[in-house]
Amino acid sequence: MYDALIGPFTEFEFMRRALAAVIALSLAGAPIGVFLMLRRMSLVGDAMAHAILPGAAIGFLLSGLNLFAMTAGGLIAGFAVAILAGVVARSTGLKEDASLATFYLASLALGVTIVSIKGTNIDLLHVLFGNILAMDDQTLLVVAFNATITLLVLVVIYRPLVIESVDPLFLRTVSRAGGPAHLAFLALVVINLVNGFQALGTLLAVGLMIMPAGIARFWSRDLTAMICIAVIAAAVSGYVGLVLSFQTRIPSGPAIILVATAFYVVSVLFGSVGGLVRQMFPGRHLEA
Amino acid sequence: MVGLGFHNVTLGYDRHPAVHHLKGEIAPGALVAVIGPNGAGKSTLLRGIVGILKPLAGAIHLGGLDPRDIAYLPQTADIDRSFPISVFDFVGTGLWRGIGLFGGIGKAARTKILGAIAAVGLNGFENRPIGTLSGGQMQRVLFARVLLQDAALIVLDEPFNAIDGKTTADLLALVTRWHGEGRTVLAALHDMEMVRAHFPQTLLLARGPVAWGATAEVLTAENLMVAMRMCEAFDDTAAACADDDGRSQAA
Repeated sequence: MYDALIGPFTEFEFMRRALAAVIALSLAGAPIGVFLMLRRMSLVGDAMAHAILPGAAIGFLLSGLNLFAMTAGGLIAGFAVAILAGVVARSTGLKEDASLATFYLASLALGVTIVSIKGTNIDLLHVLFGNILAMDDQTLLVVAFNATITLLVLVVIYRPLVIESVDPLFLRTVSRAGGPAHLAFLALVVINLVNGFQALGTLLAVGLMIMPAGIARFWSRDLTAMICIAVIAAAVSGYVGLVLSFQTRIPSGPAIILVATAFYVVSVLFGSVGGLVRQMFPGRHLEA
Repeated sequence: MVGLGFHNVTLGYDRHPAVHHLKGEIAPGALVAVIGPNGAGKSTLLRGIVGILKPLAGAIHLGGLDPRDIAYLPQTADIDRSFPISVFDFVGTGLWRGIGLFGGIGKAARTKILGAIAAVGLNGFENRPIGTLSGGQMQRVLFARVLLQDAALIVLDEPFNAIDGKTTADLLALVTRWHGEGRTVLAALHDMEMVRAHFPQTLLLARGPVAWGATAEVLTAENLMVAMRMCEAFDDTAAACADDDGRSQAA
């Protein structure tokens, strides 16, 4: 038991780094995921993940497999798409999802074009699916730094973000914080996607944000509790996924997401808030 | 304190006026009913006052009020009722102006919030998620938030739509109380009996003002007929309006 669950982490440094990374990702990404879900923007996160690709590809073209260059490129591309889409949606009344879809498709097409100019498939695989086991100290520091920034910014924009999610018109009449808070939130989404792609790749990065949020939704009706549950679910998925990946030959990224999926399925079935089993056997109705 | 001034204001959408050339003033502390048929521009006028709709022409002067001194209750509040927030926290957002981004909710604030919830008759609902409330209860919650906003100008857009008699009476008592406290209150309404009984002043709107003044003088059969005949449809081929201050004399 010890050998299976704790052994890998005491024995191998790369497993310790991976665990630290996944916990950092959980702490920052899961709360963002909860807000994405509550604001009905779950798929926006997915779209953003695609939008990051060309930036990362340009970074890769310019300086090879250098994580800083790729991160910077991803951040720039992601911010550009997020902010342009947000500005267009806010100034023209076009729905945010439609606006974003346009920009991310353009971004994705651009990315594929760039990659095809100087394509090496192995490196591209790394970008697409990441490799949390290959993290060096510097990358880990970048991940931790981004997570810290995320939590600090989230503290600042928490209140307007919540009010804007419930009653945007009210916030507009009492404050001008709504717009900036929304843009800051989109920026946090991008930061966390870029953060995640080093570990899980562009395609799965959003998984560690959205899936824990989906899980939390089935266990609580309270925002604070939801965020805590999401963070815990993400961290546990990360840990179990790493162990699974170590013991079997499943790559680490997919292993983490598959574990989260298993938790999600259990939550859908047995969750105390709206779970299927609970719905089928609700018990006798109450007196009042 | 100066009142709310309308300076030949035209409000509308896509250059089409919904409220056309409104001039006049609302004295501080007035309790004004805004009435008129559907499409008369009641909501548009209120949105203009609150500042979420910019005038196509003319101006609305708030008489020294900051836009944030206005409490606004929209007709169809754009509220995500599925969001996990309790009645207490939701009503508490009414304190925004005082506490802003970081201000804590201390003991005094808690007492205030609980007081507002009690004032609208929702004792015991503090921890209920807003998604579990009925329509009338939600309207009470929205009134509680307006109460907390402690605003000098209160703008209510058809606040008693689809609300039963008991709830209407309770909430109307709050409106009367605000009037007694010297706040300016504007309410878009359809119930003529209620307007006659509780609102000293009335603005009868049908795109433009039909009549404006003491309620008894405004609510005549003749005025109401004029308002009823109002043409609602936009004319896509309408020419640019020439009735602006300078040009109207030249024409």
